[in-house]
Amino acid sequence: MKKEMFSEWKFTAKEIAEKPDLFLSGHRACAGCAPATVLRLIMKAVRGPTIVTNATGCMEVVSSIYPYTSWAVPWIHTAFENAAANASGIESALKILKKKGKIKHEHVDVIALAGDGGTYDIGIQALSGAVERGHDFLYVLYDNEAYMNTGIQRSGGTPFGASTTTSPAGTVIPGKLQNKKPIADIMVAHEIPYVATASPFYWRDLITKARKGIEVDGPAFLHVFAPCPRGWRSDPAKSIELSRLAVETCIFPLWEAINGEYQLSTPSKVLALAPQKKKPVREYLKLQGRFRHLFTPKFEKLTEEIQRITDERWQRLLRKCGMT
Amino acid sequence: MQSVIKQEILALNGDEAVALAVKQSDVDVVAAYPITPQTIMVERFSEYVANGEVETEFVCTESEHSALTACLTASVTGARAFTASASAGLALMHEILFVTSGCRAPVVMAIANRALSAPLNIHCDHSDTMAQRDSGWIQIYVENAQEAYDSVIQAFKIAENPKVLLPVIVGLDGFTLSHTLENVKVLPDNIVRKFIGTRQLPFVMTHEGKRALFKLDPENSMSMGPIALQNYYFEFKRQQEEAMKNALEVIPQVNEEYAQISGRHYGDGLLEPYHLEDAEIATVCLGSTAGTVKTVVDELRSEGVKAGLLRLRTFRPLPVEGIIRYLQKVKAVGIMDRSMSFGGHGGPAFHEIRHTLYDIQNRPYIVNYIYGLGGRDTSPSQIHRIYENLQKIVRTDHVEHLINYVGLRE
Repeated sequence: MKKEMFSEWKFTAKEIAEKPDLFLSGHRACAGCAPATVLRLIMKAVRGPTIVTNATGCMEVVSSIYPYTSWAVPWIHTAFENAAANASGIESALKILKKKGKIKHEHVDVIALAGDGGTYDIGIQALSGAVERGHDFLYVLYDNEAYMNTGIQRSGGTPFGASTTTSPAGTVIPGKLQNKKPIADIMVAHEIPYVATASPFYWRDLITKARKGIEVDGPAFLHVFAPCPRGWRSDPAKSIELSRLAVETCIFPLWEAINGEYQLSTPSKVLALAPQKKKPVREYLKLQGRFRHLFTPKFEKLTEEIQRITDERWQRLLRKCGMT
Repeated sequence: MQSVIKQEILALNGDEAVALAVKQSDVDVVAAYPITPQTIMVERFSEYVANGEVETEFVCTESEHSALTACLTASVTGARAFTASASAGLALMHEILFVTSGCRAPVVMAIANRALSAPLNIHCDHSDTMAQRDSGWIQIYVENAQEAYDSVIQAFKIAENPKVLLPVIVGLDGFTLSHTLENVKVLPDNIVRKFIGTRQLPFVMTHEGKRALFKLDPENSMSMGPIALQNYYFEFKRQQEEAMKNALEVIPQVNEEYAQISGRHYGDGLLEPYHLEDAEIATVCLGSTAGTVKTVVDELRSEGVKAGLLRLRTFRPLPVEGIIRYLQKVKAVGIMDRSMSFGGHGGPAFHEIRHTLYDIQNRPYIVNYIYGLGGRDTSPSQIHRIYENLQKIVRTDHVEHLINYVGLRE
C-alpha cells in the first residue's frame, strides 16, 4: 500500500495554545513583526525532534543575540545565501549517523528559515540545488517583501509600486518598477512533493501546512506572507489585518501544490466561488506608507495597474487549480 | 611502541591518493563540486559510493559555496565531513571558510592548488590557498602523492582534536601532484580507522547551564552561529588563535604517531629541514617544488656548497619557533613564493618568514623569489641560479634585488 503523504493530524486552539513554545519570547523583534508571529506558529507544528537552521536576516538577528537565544530547539545560522545548503548538510549527517547507529532518534525533522532576500535573490541557487537533490526538509520563506534587516531595500519579492530605500518613490519613478517574482510557482516547477502559501491571519491553515511540509518525505516549500510595519510604513497593530487583506484582495492567494497539483485553500477558494467577496487592492494598499505615493494624483493610475496584475495572476492561479 | 605496518604499494596520482585516504577515514558526509584539477578526487569517491565501498552520504552540490556549507552543518551535527576544491571554487567558498572555522567545525578539505583568474589558468600555483590565509583554517602543503595520502589521514586527527577543533586544508600542487602517477604506500583500512578513531565531540556548557555535547542534538537546544556583537565577538576570535597555538603542538604529535605505524614522517609535521645543520645558504619553499630543490641541494652539497632547504609544510599555524631555530645560523635565505601579493612588497611566504626572523640577532639576508605562477615550470637550473644568487649575497654582503622573479619574461 502506498504510504500516505501526510498524517491525519488535527488540533484544537486550546491544544496549540498549551503546546510549549519552541520559538520563545524575549527576542528583539519590533512591535507588530509578523515574521516573529509566523515563526512561533510554525514551531507549534513540529511533531518531534527538530533541528532549525536560519539564513541571515531579521529573524536570525532578533532571536540569537549572544549569549541569549529564543530557540528551544537545536538551531544554527551560518550565512545569508545558504539556508537550504545548511539543511542539506544537517539532513545528510542525520541520515548517515542514523544508519551507522550513532544517533538514537528514530527521525529528526529539519526546518530551514529564510526571508525574501535569502530566498528570492541570494539564496535561490542553494534552494534550487537542495530541492533538486531531494533532501527531506521544510523550507519556510517568511516574506516581508524587502531587505528589512539592512533597512528596507527592494528584493525580488518586493511588489510593483512599493517604495523602498533602493526603489524609492521619487518625482519621476513611482517605487519599484518590477513585479514580485512568483517564487512558489518556481518551486512547484522543481517538481517537489509539497509547496504551499500561507498567511498568519489564517493561523490554523498556516500550522496545518507547516505540519504537512514537515511530514512529507522529501523537500517542502512554504511561502508565508509576513507584514513588516517598519518596512511597510504600516500601523504595528495592523500586521494581522494586512495578512488577511492580502488574501481577501487576492494579492496573496492561499494554495497548495501537492505533487504539482494546485488546489486553492479555503480562504481563497471562498473568493473563487463568490468573486463578489474579493476586495479591491486599494483597500490593502492604502494602509501602507510604502504605497502612499500611489494615492497622489501623479501616480494614481498605478493602483489600477496593480489591480490588473493581481487579477491576471489570480486568473492564472484559478486555471491551475481547475477553477475556471 | 607500535611497529611499522606492512603496506601495499599502489600506483596513484595525488587526487586518487586523497580519495583513497578519505575512503579509509570513515567519513560520514562528503559534499563537493567538480573543478579542475581536483575533479578526480570526487570522481573516484563517487565510484566508491556507487560500488558500496563506503558508508558515506555523498552530496553533489550545485556550487562550492553549498558544498562547504553542507560540510560545515554536517560536521556540527556530529558527522565527519570532507570536501575538495581548487582555485575559483575555493574563492567561492571564501565566506564559508570563516564561518566553518568560527563554528569550530573540523572539516577537512583537499585543495589541488591552482591559479586564480584572470586570465583563466588551470595550472598550479598557490594563489588560491594563500588568498585564504586569514580564514582560520590550518594549511598543510604536501610534496608528493604519498604525503597527500598521509596528510589527509592526519588532517582528520588534527582537526578533530578537542584542543584544536579547526578545519584543515591539505594543499597538493595541481597537475604536478594531482594528476601525476606515483607509487604510494597505503595502510590497511582498519589501521587508518583505528589511527583516526571515532569523531570526538567535546562537552560544552549550554545557555541553559547544561553540560552537553558540542553538536546540533535534539537532546539539547543549543544555538550555533549566533550574532555576537561588540561585547562578545572579540573573545570568539581570540579563542580561534588559541586553537591555532594548540595545533602547533598537536600536528607534531600526530606526525609522530603516524610515523610509528607508517614509517613515514614529514619533519616534525610543521617544518621539514633538509641539510640545514651547517647550511650557509638556504631556500624556503612549499609544496612539490621541494622535490626539485632537494635534488639541487644534493648537487650543491656534492660540490661542497653548504646549501640547505626548509620546507614549510604547515603554513597555518606558522611554526615560528622552528623557523627561527632552523634559519638563525644561515647567512642568506631565499624565500620561494608561488603566489603574489600585489603591491605588498613580496609574496606571502616572504612576508611571514622575514617577519619571523626580524627579532633574532644577526639575522640572515632574506630575499624573495617568486616563481611558477600559472603552472610555469621551474627547472633545476633556475633553482641553481637562486643558490648562486644567495652565494653572491653572502660573498658581497649586498642584496641587489630583494624581490626576484624566476623564469619570467621581462
